Order: sequence, then structure tokens, then C-alpha cells
Amino acid sequence: MSAAAFLPAVQVRGLVRKFTLKGVLNGIDLDIAPGEFVALLGRSGSGKSTLLRALAEIDHEAEGTGEIRLPERISVIFQDARLLPWMRVLDNVLLGLTGPAVRERGRTALAEVGLAGRERAWPHELSGGEQQRVALARALVREPDLLLADEPFGALDALTRIQMHALLRRLSDLHDPAVLLVTHDIDEAILLADRIVMLDDGRLAADLAVDLPESGIARRERIAELRALLHRLLGVEEAPADYHEDAESALALGDGNG
Amino acid sequence: MNAFVDVLRVPPSLEKTVPASRHGREPKQRLSPGTPARYGILLGPGLLLLYWSVLSVTGWLDPRILPAPWTAITTAIDLIREGRLQENLLISGGRAITGLVVGVAVGVALSLLSGLSLLGGYVIDGLVQLKRGIPILALIPFMILWLGIGEAMKVTVIATAVFFPVYINTHNALRAIDIRHVELAETVRLSRWQFLRYVVVPGSLPGFLTGLRFGATSSWLALVVVEQLNATSGIGYMVTLARNYAQTDVMLVGLVVYALLGFGSDALVRLLERRLLTWRRTLGR
Repeated sequence: MSAAAFLPAVQVRGLVRKFTLKGVLNGIDLDIAPGEFVALLGRSGSGKSTLLRALAEIDHEAEGTGEIRLPERISVIFQDARLLPWMRVLDNVLLGLTGPAVRERGRTALAEVGLAGRERAWPHELSGGEQQRVALARALVREPDLLLADEPFGALDALTRIQMHALLRRLSDLHDPAVLLVTHDIDEAILLADRIVMLDDGRLAADLAVDLPESGIARRERIAELRALLHRLLGVEEAPADYHEDAESALALGDGNG
Repeated sequence: MNAFVDVLRVPPSLEKTVPASRHGREPKQRLSPGTPARYGILLGPGLLLLYWSVLSVTGWLDPRILPAPWTAITTAIDLIREGRLQENLLISGGRAITGLVVGVAVGVALSLLSGLSLLGGYVIDGLVQLKRGIPILALIPFMILWLGIGEAMKVTVIATAVFFPVYINTHNALRAIDIRHVELAETVRLSRWQFLRYVVVPGSLPGFLTGLRFGATSSWLALVVVEQLNATSGIGYMVTLARNYAQTDVMLVGLVVYALLGFGSDALVRLLERRLLTWRRTLGR
């Protein structure tokens, strides 16, 4: 760890956004450490997406004040894969990148998401999950210091989502960017994040470390505790807990290519 | 001719007797028309040709009104032997292509200007929409007044006729570029030039090609009109001259040539579409 590690990767102070379609922000302070995986929870309209769009610097229409310090390299994954339909998969991954050996890097990134050999496919030839993996490869090939993900698994079926969780966790461990994952899925947040931040009505309502014991009964108890707490904070009924059994076993297998 | 036989043959499904109740109930009626035969589209034109030939052979059709189909071929051979057909075709084709190139270039340039900059949109698009209400052929008297009756006027009329469909379709396509793709371009930090090259141009290409197809059709239409008004050369002139001498066979050849040019240019643009839009998954292919 260098001295730079003590500086936050992201620093947000007094961020206010008004007159947006997707929810306002009423003064947000948030730090994200380098390599930290933060899940951003909140109900629809709580301002999750507004915050992410502010950090991604694509909220030109929004009015507001506040201070944002961002790292140099930022990648964004959207809910839709957002591939350009007229470019083959590898060209989508490399969109905007130039220089020597980028194609080789693109191939490596595709192999990492389990899509080796699909370089010349058209986006419409891929399934929804595969398209989202291409988007992940496009994000990671840029070696970002900060990865912003706006409900990236929201449009996927349950099984594919579990595989994508494992893949994202594995690749974020490997490349070690700071991650801000916007989600409304409590289990997804607990499973993937080091820390969970909750937005309510444009303010930070909670900031919890996900300090799970390595394994065993203590781990399960802590997960149950966090779930109950987050459900209460979000004000929703608690869903049955069987999800974690599946997802954790998928993580243990390290199986992202299934 | 194999295709016709193929079309006219009774489909096998009608020949065999289908059991009325395979599963104890009436079989479902098929509502879609079924898979089309390869050259089935030629059946209509073929029948017309047959009808026309029969009328000509039996003498019910006066050749002074409309010559027989084969007269068109023999007359065309004569015209080629004299050198008149290819000479006039070359002149007409030159006019149409010049007008097409100019019209497309101006159409694309202005649609880019008005589609990609707000000010350009205010200035150009308003004017184009205003001008759109005036039929292009109604401008010909003014064009003659301003540009005379020479080649400049002819090419200008054709170029103007081509300009509108190209501009309107390209402009619509530019306006319809997905905002999500624009956001993506921003997040991966494309330069303005890269944005044009990787997002704008491919994204508006389908619209442009539609415009090009209409534009090519318009160019032939405008060509016919300007050549019949006051030309001393070209296919239209050839036809007008033939009309004065009541040479219906030469008039017929002119008509066939126009038809072939129209079909040919349309097929060419469609080929271009297939080549350039391979990424699109469309029905009917």
C-alpha cells in the first residue's frame, strides 16, 4: 500500500442535485477508499442513480452544487449493456481506445469474462447475460480506478445474475478498482460489497461495514442480522433467505463462466 | 421459367388428405400465407407480359397505340446500331449522376450541420421545412429564369429533387440517435471526431440509405421532366422527338430504359444497404 492509498479514491462533499427526473440529492458527503467495494442501496427515487450519474459526469441537465473529487480513470456499467449494435464484440470492448496492443488487451478482457472466441460476434447474437459481460469487459479493459455500476444485473434472470455476481466479485478482486454498485437488491449488496451505503430522500440514511466472519454459523448469523437491518431501513418485508445459500456456493466455486 | 412452374404447382399440402381430426378435434387453420417461392414476385409482371403479347399477336392491340413487346427489343437493337441509344443514355445518365452526387453531398452536409448543432438546426431545418411545401417541379420556371435552359438548370433541378429526401431522412436519423449511446460515448471519453465516426455515422446510416433510395428515384423523375421540357439530347429528348413523328416503338424503348434505370439504381442502393448494414437483424432476409 502506497501513501496514495490513504487518500480516498472518491470524495464527495455537500453534493446537491435538483430538478432531476430520477430523484434529488440533498447534500451528500461520501468517501470511497481505493479498492473499496461500496453498494448503494435505496428505494426508487431515493437519488441512487442521480448520485451515480453525478459521479459519472453525465448529468449535464441536473442543477446543483457541491464538490466531487474523482480519480483519473472511471468506467461505467449501465443497467442495459449499451453495446453499439454496429460494432463487433471486440470493437465494442475497445471503443475509444487506441495505441499498440489494445486488441490483445481486449481479447484478454473478453477471456476474463468468459467470452474468449466471441470477438467477432455481433451484439445481437449474444444473450442478455453475455452482452452484460461484454460491458464488464469494456469497463475493465480500461483498468479503472473507479467502477460505477448502475443496477447492472437488474435486467438479468436469477440464474444469470448469480453467475454475474461471482464474476464481478472475482474481477473486482483481481483488478481492484474502487466500486460503487447501485442496487435495490439487499442480498446482492451484502454478498458483494465491503460496505453498504443507503440513500433515503436524497440523504445518506445508513453507512454499514459488511464485516462478515470467514465462514460457519457466525457468518450466517451476521448475514441474517444485516438483512433484517437493511430490510427495516428500507421499510420492506423480508424475503426468504435461500438466495444466499445459492449465491455463496457459486462464489465458492469461483464459477463465472457457466 | 422454372420459377413460374414452381409457383403454379399445387402445394403438396393440398394434395394429400389431411385427417380431419388427428387428436379428436379440428386441425388449426394456418393463417400466415406460407413461405414465398423464390421468384414468385415475377408472376404478376409475367402475366401482364403474356396478356400484352396475346393482344399484339392477335392484332387487337393497334401498334400505333402500343407496339408489341418484341418490337421494343428490335427497335432497341436498331437504335444501338445507329448509336443513338447509347449516346443519349450516356448524356441522361451523366445528368442524373451529377445531380445525384451534388444533391446527396449537399443533403448530407446540411443535415449534419442542422442535426449536430442547435444554431444550424434553427437556421437550416426551418428553411428546409418551409421549402418542402413547394413541389420541386413548380420551381422549374424560376430555375429556367435564373439558370437558363442549359445543363446547369437540369442538374440543379435534379440535385434539388435528390436533396430533400436525403436531407430529411438523414436529419431524422441524426435526431433519433440514442441518448444512451451518447452517454456511453461520454463515459468512455470519445473525442468529437471519434463520436462522429463510431456513433453518429453508423447510427444514422440506415436513415441516410433510405434517403438515398428515395433520392435515386427522385433523380430519374426529375430527369424525365427536365429532358422533355427543353432538351436537345438525352433519352427524354429521344422520346419527345419520337412522339413528334409518332414513332411509338422508340417511345416504348425510352420507357423501358427509364424502367431499367430505376430498377437498377434501386437494386444498387439495396445492395449497398445489405453490405453496410450487416449488423442489423431484419425480417425478410
